[in-house]
Amino acid sequence: MKSFEEISELLKNNFSDIQFEFHPEAKFEPYILVPANKIDTVCLFLRDNNDLYFDSLINLSAVDDFNGNKIKDPQGNEIMQGGTMSIYYHLESIKFRHKLLVKVIVDRDNPSVNSVTSIWNCANWHEREAFDLFGINFNNHPDLRRILMPYDWEFGHPLKKDYQNPEFYQGMRVPY
Amino acid sequence: MSIKTEEMVLNMGPQHPSTHGVLRLELTLDGEIITKVVPHIGYLHRCFEKHCEVMTYPQVIPYTDRMDYLAAMGNELGYVIGVEKLLGIQVPERVEYIRVIMAELQRIASHLVAIGTYGADIGAFTPFLYCFRDRERILNLFEITCGARLLYNYIWIGGLSHDLHPDFVRLTKEFIREFKPNLKELNNLLTFNKIFIDRTANVGILPLETAINFGITGPMLRASGLKWDLRKDDTYSVYDKFDFEIPVGSGKMGTVGDSWDRYYVRVLEMEESIKIIEQAIAQLPDGDVTSAIPKKIKPPVGHIYSRVENPRGELGYFIVSDGSTSPFRVKVRAPSFVNLQIMDELCRGHLVADVIAILGSVDIVLGEVDR
Repeated sequence: MKSFEEISELLKNNFSDIQFEFHPEAKFEPYILVPANKIDTVCLFLRDNNDLYFDSLINLSAVDDFNGNKIKDPQGNEIMQGGTMSIYYHLESIKFRHKLLVKVIVDRDNPSVNSVTSIWNCANWHEREAFDLFGINFNNHPDLRRILMPYDWEFGHPLKKDYQNPEFYQGMRVPY
Repeated sequence: MSIKTEEMVLNMGPQHPSTHGVLRLELTLDGEIITKVVPHIGYLHRCFEKHCEVMTYPQVIPYTDRMDYLAAMGNELGYVIGVEKLLGIQVPERVEYIRVIMAELQRIASHLVAIGTYGADIGAFTPFLYCFRDRERILNLFEITCGARLLYNYIWIGGLSHDLHPDFVRLTKEFIREFKPNLKELNNLLTFNKIFIDRTANVGILPLETAINFGITGPMLRASGLKWDLRKDDTYSVYDKFDFEIPVGSGKMGTVGDSWDRYYVRVLEMEESIKIIEQAIAQLPDGDVTSAIPKKIKPPVGHIYSRVENPRGELGYFIVSDGSTSPFRVKVRAPSFVNLQIMDELCRGHLVADVIAILGSVDIVLGEVDR
């Protein structure tokens, strides 16, 4: 079992070219912030390193941070411009019984990050869900389609904080 | 020389008795052999996570009931534990014990449905009625406790909505006494039935490596041979005070991790749950179950991932708080959602009839898959 500090140390020594941010002080769960374009490399290392062996991705959740500038769109609705979205990867090693939270921050207007499906198969549907509900593009994902919303849903991504309901969907009135 | 014939695409569902809800499986067939399975979900999507953003923390609890509607107590427990950790509340001992009793009763009720419908799916209808007869008695116990049979809103942040009914302990003991021989009867009727074993043993074998990589949890993971149960491995509430075993699949009738193993792990788990309930009832402390319920629920800024062992596997809540009275984001890691992904892997190379046997052994609840 490795502590958060030991894992941080291992990462720092193995990736001298990547700028990590370590947050051991976070109140409930310490986490490591990884640059979005390096997440697959880091995850592969976390899984395959003999001392870490994070063989299981428990959960992958996206969060709309909603921290950009509020502006009005042509219809007068308040929307958000700029800002960020976060993706949280909860990892666990069943062999060594340690856990780790890895966080990635992406641009809110054009969210894109490398997929980790090739590392953990269970990321497949988690990433599809994040794409469906937040519009995050996962590069190299084998099958990036909507999953919970209908395949023909063309009104955006519902879990974005500035999401607007459409008036009609297939001839049915949506607001009730 | 083998003749390559044209492949056929067959839709199973969205309305099909064996899909346990509205699930569509797109099967690609080569003759009668499955070459590919694509599950299509989302028919029951109710925007649970979007709703949470405008609810206060206690208002979310009834919504959690409606995810895995066969194990609503477990859903509430996971959410409530997360919020309590955010708030830093210590709940009274009596509350913890009652929560454990309820969660374990719920586990038995849920497994009874899983086992009963599994039998019914592959042609054994009688055990289904036996299972529902016993489940009914558990639902009666819930009804005298909180008035509801399926969706309870019973476990609250910091406490419970009601204390136990004065008759609860007596009735639970009575239930356990009568349930034990019923379990034996069920084993004779279904578990060791030759036809049932022929349909399920060596069907849909799930190797442990694959299971871990696909994030499989719960009875499915244990059937593949790994002793992994959050009640022991990442203990919560007062589970560390009880003595119970974690049953794992042993390949008794075929290969480790086959459908029969997945089924049998659930039967064994019910016996372990009975052990926990008996111990919890014997040690049940006195106290007030509403004393620790906070007046104002406003957690500090931060995020937390809380998880519990639900009958179907690891149920996790990722709760982000922005310091206001409603959660900024609640993401649910539903065990059925993750477990359903494995269908393609398990079904490939099997016959169409085996898809039903495999899907039943995965034991999904669509309310939780689609949220």
